Amino acid sequence: MSRLGEGVRAYWLIAGMWVRSSMTYRTSFVVTMFGNLLMTGLDFVGILLMFSQVDSLGGWGLPEIAFLYGLSVTSFGIADLVLGSMDVLGARIRDGSFDILLVRPAPVLAQIGADRFAVRRLGRITQGTVVLVWALASVDVDWSAAKVLLVPVMVVSGAAIFCAVFVAGAAFQIFAQDASEVQNAFTYGGTTLLQYPPTVFGKDFVRGVTFMLPLAFVNWVPASYVLDRPYPLDLPQWAAFAPPLVAVACGALGGLAWRAGLGSYRSTGS
Amino acid sequence: MDQVVDVAVDAFIELDRVEKVFDVRKKTGFLRRERRQVRAVDSISFTVARGEMVGYIGPNGAGKSTTIKMLTGILTPSGGRLRVAGIDPSRERTKLAHRIGVVFGQRTTLWWDLPLIDSYKLMHRMYRIPDARYRENLDRCVELLELADLLDVPVRQLSLGQRMRGDIAAALLHDPEVLYLDEPTIGLDVISKAKVRGFLRELNTERGTTVLLTTHDLQDIEQLCSRVMVIDHGRLMYDGPLTGLHEVGESERTLVVDLERELPPIEAAPARVVKVEGPRQWLAFPASESAAPLVARVAAEYPLVDLSVREPDIEAVIAKMYAGEAEKAVS
Ligand SMILES: Nc1ncnc2c1ncn2[C@@H]1O[C@H](COP(=O)(O)OP(=O)(O)O)[C@@H](O)[C@H]1O
Ligand SMILES: [Mg+2]
Repeated sequence: MSRLGEGVRAYWLIAGMWVRSSMTYRTSFVVTMFGNLLMTGLDFVGILLMFSQVDSLGGWGLPEIAFLYGLSVTSFGIADLVLGSMDVLGARIRDGSFDILLVRPAPVLAQIGADRFAVRRLGRITQGTVVLVWALASVDVDWSAAKVLLVPVMVVSGAAIFCAVFVAGAAFQIFAQDASEVQNAFTYGGTTLLQYPPTVFGKDFVRGVTFMLPLAFVNWVPASYVLDRPYPLDLPQWAAFAPPLVAVACGALGGLAWRAGLGSYRSTGS
Repeated sequence: MDQVVDVAVDAFIELDRVEKVFDVRKKTGFLRRERRQVRAVDSISFTVARGEMVGYIGPNGAGKSTTIKMLTGILTPSGGRLRVAGIDPSRERTKLAHRIGVVFGQRTTLWWDLPLIDSYKLMHRMYRIPDARYRENLDRCVELLELADLLDVPVRQLSLGQRMRGDIAAALLHDPEVLYLDEPTIGLDVISKAKVRGFLRELNTERGTTVLLTTHDLQDIEQLCSRVMVIDHGRLMYDGPLTGLHEVGESERTLVVDLERELPPIEAAPARVVKVEGPRQWLAFPASESAAPLVARVAAEYPLVDLSVREPDIEAVIAKMYAGEAEKAVS
């Protein structure tokens, strides 16, 4: 528990440094903020267009689809805000700056999680929350205490699952620290660093898959419960309350992957 | 059996047959890869006592950085036993971090876009340094490393030498018991080098901080370290005082003699004349021997005007040592 506290503290300190770093380029900060607002706005237009095309999808009406969408996007947005730049880890390993994080008295996962922390990522959360709130106001549901409770539980569990996926992805980047890359970075220095793709997998591919998985497996069942819909499979009633368990399991797996990844770290030869 | 290998209590850093082997895969053609093992550190043993200042030298790729990375817990040794302050670095890396300071010559712990002082404030909080200690240490570093004018400058605007001084200060705010520096003078101008060296000397003598620095600049060693370790191809070739390095390298000192007039080469075995230029003669003699008897003899037997003793060039000494090793390896 104290390790968790240490991690949160270190995260907070480092995220703060990044926020201040981004503020030093004041104009650029304002421009990206503005740009992000604009993008978020455009996203909304896209969502509206999408929803205007469908009245129902597989028997689900517009507010119900919006409910699912809002849940996933909010969860993803939270995970993206918290751990969204775990993919700079690969670059940090290649340029050797990962070594620096290892000699500090703070959990490396917290340090790498807070790396390049950016406030602009609040955009996606805003977007998800707005859709979710609209959906909640529009769905025709008999609210019970369990249903009300289930909504934040779903958001948090979903965020935790996305976080676990990000962490596992980061661990994989350490594993994938293939000898040939080390060799290249050693021999050719900076040039290969620039040419190298930011991640081993396409970023969007990973995001796409990780986006779909929890949506299908975690949100569907509890959302069905909240909306009084039949479950997709012949699942027992309590299956709706599984997301926290799934989140804990994913978190444990992500944690194990991270430990293994960190254990296999071999630095660079320069 | 443990008590048998236990070394003196004040052995602050202990390495016992430590190894690091890297698996390297190299592309040798389309889809073809060759696997190979690199012994970056090959069965190295040494101990460093508290308060020592040790130079770790060797050519590029010798295994210096790999050793530092194991000492700091960044890398796990492939074999052998390693302890720093009684701690196994790779297993208790975070705990050890409070007690060590690390400076990597080619990397920085400072925040590129923020004023230098902001990085120090982060250290203050991250290491939980008591306020009074922090202030005191910061003031000392600022004074001795001449950082006063740089504190409010964004790190990206600092020169390499300024940044290096900034990094050294950052590594010392939490009062580490040992400071590791990996190539701290690489790429620095002469003045910056002198400042860094002066500071490290002060740190070691006044504060008693143990210092282990890697370098391939022999001047660093000559000016700072009473003890030097030479590493090549992952193996420790020499560990001892700088002067002893000459013996191992079979190096020779030179006695330069100015005579009153041109004379035939001086005879004073074991010294031998290696060069004659008018009245001036150069005599080479083993660096391990005292110059006094030789000087006395020459002075007694020849009409002297002046003489001086030249120390051997350490670079040559080490080259000779490497050459000797290579011969041994071939035969
Ligand atoms: N992470 C690594 N992966 C593969 N080989 C490495 C790695 N780090 C170092 N090496 C190799 O180990 C040897 C020693 O490297 P290093 O300790 O960096 O030498 P030095 O610091 O003395 O120049 C070199 O041959 C180098 O290529
Ligand atoms: Mg090196």
